[in-house]
Amino acid sequence: MSSAVNKLSRRDFLKAGLAVSSGLTLGLRLGSVPADEAAPFMPNAFVRIGADNSVTIIAKHVEMGQGIHTGLATLLAEELDADWAQIRVEAAPADSSRYNNLNWGGNQGTGGSSSINNAWLQMREAGAAARAMLVAAAAAQWQVAASDISVSKGQLRHAASGREGSFGDFCAAAARLPVPGAVKLKDPQEFVYIGHPLARTDAVAKTHGQALYTIDLHLPGMRTAVMLHPPRIGAVPATVDDKAARAIKGVHAVIRLDQGVAVVAENFWAAKRGRDALKVDWDESRAITLDSEDQRTQYRELASRTGHSLRADGDVAAALTTSHKRVEAVYELPYLAHATLEPMNCIVQISQGGCELWYGAQAMTSDQNHVARLLGLTPAKVKINQLFAGGSFGRRADLQADYVLETVRIAQALGDGQPLKLLWTREDDMRGGRYRPAATHALHGAVNAQGEVQAWQQRIVCQALRGGGVPKNGKVDKTLHEGASDLPYRIGNLAVDVHIPEPGVPVLWWRSVGHTHTAFAVESFIDELAHAAGRDPLELRRSLLRDDPRRLAVLELAAAAGDWGKPLAKGHGRGIAVHRSFGTWVAEVVEVSMGEDERFSVERVTVAVDCGLAVNPDVVRAQMEGGVGYALSAALAGEITFKNGAVVQDNFDSYPVLRLSQMPRIDVHIVPSAEAPSGVGEPGVPPLAPALANALFAASGKRWRRLPFKTSTAV
Amino acid sequence: MGKLTINQREFDIQADDDTPLLWVLRDELGLTGTKYGCGKALCGACTVLVDGKPQRACVTPVSALAKQSITTIEGAQSKVAQAVINAWLELDVAQCGYCQSGQILAAAALLETHAQPSDAQINEAMDGNLCRCATYVRIRAAIHRAAEKLT
Repeated sequence: MSSAVNKLSRRDFLKAGLAVSSGLTLGLRLGSVPADEAAPFMPNAFVRIGADNSVTIIAKHVEMGQGIHTGLATLLAEELDADWAQIRVEAAPADSSRYNNLNWGGNQGTGGSSSINNAWLQMREAGAAARAMLVAAAAAQWQVAASDISVSKGQLRHAASGREGSFGDFCAAAARLPVPGAVKLKDPQEFVYIGHPLARTDAVAKTHGQALYTIDLHLPGMRTAVMLHPPRIGAVPATVDDKAARAIKGVHAVIRLDQGVAVVAENFWAAKRGRDALKVDWDESRAITLDSEDQRTQYRELASRTGHSLRADGDVAAALTTSHKRVEAVYELPYLAHATLEPMNCIVQISQGGCELWYGAQAMTSDQNHVARLLGLTPAKVKINQLFAGGSFGRRADLQADYVLETVRIAQALGDGQPLKLLWTREDDMRGGRYRPAATHALHGAVNAQGEVQAWQQRIVCQALRGGGVPKNGKVDKTLHEGASDLPYRIGNLAVDVHIPEPGVPVLWWRSVGHTHTAFAVESFIDELAHAAGRDPLELRRSLLRDDPRRLAVLELAAAAGDWGKPLAKGHGRGIAVHRSFGTWVAEVVEVSMGEDERFSVERVTVAVDCGLAVNPDVVRAQMEGGVGYALSAALAGEITFKNGAVVQDNFDSYPVLRLSQMPRIDVHIVPSAEAPSGVGEPGVPPLAPALANALFAASGKRWRRLPFKTSTAV
Repeated sequence: MGKLTINQREFDIQADDDTPLLWVLRDELGLTGTKYGCGKALCGACTVLVDGKPQRACVTPVSALAKQSITTIEGAQSKVAQAVINAWLELDVAQCGYCQSGQILAAAALLETHAQPSDAQINEAMDGNLCRCATYVRIRAAIHRAAEKLT
């Protein structure tokens, strides 16, 4: 039994249970309140069984669409031998002593496709411990050996005597027993839930408009704030004329902060009308003056010069000079907004000596610490209630807690102890920074007369997510180069170096993070080398991937299922790409049809994924479909640009996202595996853009090296 | 503002005439299944049915609706709407779920007028409803599934 499950005393668990329950009066529709609060059986921090026979699973990761509530419940229900129909899921509050991400040390949070992987044994052990205690309680009451009791679908049975009972029947007795120090987990062959498709636990609420998101929560006495942010990043209010704003019915207060001006009102509409009536002059002396076209020129110029070296195998310079054929390409990627459909929002109530928040949080512990520091509290006095998030894709994991602290600052300035909701408009959200950084990759390669790759030089120009330029210790933020400096292809002469500019744009993780840009450059360029060498792109990859069986296996599976090498209709083309991110391998074959003037449509995407044991194959499929769609959205149209330090795009007209009519047929193939599960939220994203670029080349003979793929950018 | 008929019930509305229906539903009546996404009729998250036709609540002032019948996700009880919801559940369409109220109402309105919609008709009816989780493959399949069940 892992220490993470077992280290806490029973009293701690009961305390945790009560904290969760009281939080739940507000998170009602996240799960269900047990009918019998008086005698819950809570053998650990992750499960509570009620006398009403309900099994409530406490989910330590935020549900933002990825299906993690279902996944965590599956792991625990499997070892508990619960009936799926009796399972409820409740969101865990901020408490890193119980709910930390085991892959992140003491930090509680959700990201990096780590949830299923870190909780794989923890949740199963929690379920097995509860089961063992229920069995022991039944054995004592029936006066039979525990080993003669079987459990299936929430029923305990003693075959010889024909006695049986439910979990609810034994939870009071089980609660008086010691928590076992060690438990035996099932052999995978005994799994009845893991590896099988189960309906999502949040599906019913989400299809009836009943799921509770931050935007939906209303607390007694709560007011709503809408912000006016400066048009240019880094500007601050100089003079504020709020006379007209204050005259609007329902407006309660106007609060001036460093980062803008908040209008607080009885409801959103009054606050927004007040916000629109503000007249603010901005001090732009510290604002950025970035212009995207200038930045593009600057990045290309940097990419022509040697940067900070991350890897230098063999002698790349010599191999490039003496090569039979040299290939060069520059790949460019823009800033991207996450554009979650629920804009950033947060609810806070500051009380005497404490603070309570309600919202969908990816970076629980980090947010908790930030709020504690701002208010001069210990982190334990900052209570965070987790709610459903209407999408996140990394956005709700800002390690500066941007919109969370903004909410707290407004409430702090109000000083009335009442609950306050901050709701960003779409425009605030789109212009609020925290973008996937723009990146430029310059690639140089060489092939010999036999068609073998002799050299690979990759230069990356990109902002770091953390810190500024190259740090003194030389350890460069891996989000600049993950997926490139660890190039999987066996090439003797290999060099990777980086430039880290600091244009002052706030940047952040965006679904699959560094892999979004490295995979595009790497998997496009290997395709270019294959064509230069006169070799089939699949065959060239295969020849360079010896000793990498899992990568090779997804590649072969996607190729076979995606009809690689088979005849195509006129004007159609296929492209392939493979990438590993967050411990999961994904290969994709994209088929496009090319119309007139380079207008194309994506017809079909075939996905092969190896994520170890697929805990819920239907959720894995859904995440691959969604990952392809999210990546395709960016490839077709995603682009945040700057003019004189101001973001040009502000809503879904200027920042178009994928629509239903643009969604291709998607076939997902899961590699059967007995390995421990890895994540699936992000890894479907990286191979899409390069596979599409490669398909476009196959169909047209032209290369799309700049994202998004507009007709004008093909060369 | 006077009365509104929502989900076959009459409500006295306090908000000013020019207040968008979305904020009356959400902030005055507590019907929070209808979502805010863009405020400019660009994303479809706020879709409701007005006399059976999809309409964007975020840009529709309440004063324009005095004589009409409004249906939100909370009142989606028709045979067609129930078939759509059941198909959504069978195919586990929702991911984050935030756009799904609007998607379901738009799909129900489509099936009311086209019992067996073609893919092209689905594209036309559903293209204004954005889903950032890109559940589109399942949305299309669920509409076909609901159509089958209704015949």
